[in-house]
Amino acid sequence: MTVLAFPVPAHRVVKMRIRKEHAHLSDEALVALVARSDEAALAELYDRYGRIAFGLALRVLRDRTLAEDAVQDALLTVWRSATRFVPERASARTWILTLVHRRAVDLVRREQHRRTEPYEAIELSAAPDSTDETALLSLERARVQEALKKLSDQQREAIELAYYGGFTQSELAERLGEPLGTIKSRMFNGLARLRDMLQEAVPEEEEWDRTRSTT
Amino acid sequence: MGQDAIHDLTAAYALNALDAHEEAEYEAHLGRCAGCRGELASFQTTAASLAYAVDAPAPSPALRDRILAQAKVERSNLIEFPRRRWLVPVASGAAAAAAVVAVSLGLWAASLSSSLDDEREARYGQERVLALMADPAAEAFPVNGAQGTLVVASGREGALILQNLKAAPEGKIYEAWVSRDGKEMLRAATFVARGGATVVPLSRPVPAGGLVAVTVEDEPVDEPTGKPIFTADTA
Repeated sequence: MTVLAFPVPAHRVVKMRIRKEHAHLSDEALVALVARSDEAALAELYDRYGRIAFGLALRVLRDRTLAEDAVQDALLTVWRSATRFVPERASARTWILTLVHRRAVDLVRREQHRRTEPYEAIELSAAPDSTDETALLSLERARVQEALKKLSDQQREAIELAYYGGFTQSELAERLGEPLGTIKSRMFNGLARLRDMLQEAVPEEEEWDRTRSTT
Repeated sequence: MGQDAIHDLTAAYALNALDAHEEAEYEAHLGRCAGCRGELASFQTTAASLAYAVDAPAPSPALRDRILAQAKVERSNLIEFPRRRWLVPVASGAAAAAAVVAVSLGLWAASLSSSLDDEREARYGQERVLALMADPAAEAFPVNGAQGTLVVASGREGALILQNLKAAPEGKIYEAWVSRDGKEMLRAATFVARGGATVVPLSRPVPAGGLVAVTVEDEPVDEPTGKPIFTADTA
């Protein structure tokens, strides 16, 4: 039994939008509805994860149009293959963000738009809106960034270049002038440490999430 | 690549940091390694958390509309395939027996390509094949070149049920293809067999009169690189 750390679900506090009839449902219930071609459920999943998905795709691709393409492709993959989702194996959040990342990395490798400097500030309107939703995103961002900072510089570099830069492990080995085995170890040990740190830091009030994400 | 080295790829796979060849090799390994499947699940959760570490500016409001509009279009494009006249009730046939054996033994070939993890895929495959077997209008066709049956439900969902198929050679995978005309081949499954009964759900509909072919490949490919090792023809 592992209790995984999840952010407070943004939909619990997000301001009312059109078609909010599914706002009370868990992510996994929404995916089950999407599997039955419920468009409102897809809309609700987009409202919960579209922004973070776009932020991730934009970080990898550095191009708004390409990033939106990646999010669109990933969400349509959710639409087409939701019948294949098994909640016992991974949360819907992980599934969706994995699809987005996969698509963004495919695109960046194809487009050769990759950038090299991790954490270079994105020169876009990143200033958070003063809504509860973005406040929650900021909290989660701080938590993950804090964990990243605790990695060794070399582990962080390998993970950031791989995840945000879209580099393969072989490209990283070449770029950093290290043996492939060294790169593999840095990624493996770094990701394992991150996992341990992020699992520990579940704030008390996330009861709703905890019951949902216990696997 | 040795087994230890393969296990070590779990983090790189979760970070999408493998090239196509390494990825295919790792996915083939996943089908055989429960330890890696468990570790991969936790690593993928961690990797997804990394999405939160970057700034998240809002996408254009039009993106939501585009996605929902496209979803609606795809939904209305679902094609109903015509039923055939000569239907073999599969529930009483050899295919059903093979499937029941396969279900009870838990011997399922996971379709691995583009899946988050293959255990989920295998479970999905089970559900699909069970639904397929429950269809009284399902048809069964013989496989040429291997022991087995192609089962096609009335909605044209299909599955290959294979007996005694040898495991794919080291470093290789099986890929199943569906084709309307024997020319254009569409990938419908990637799998590694483990001997005994192998059930391969197909991710694409089997067109009426079309065929299903299986090739051996080094990695998931967009079209077959060699001749099929066996086929099943519905014509």
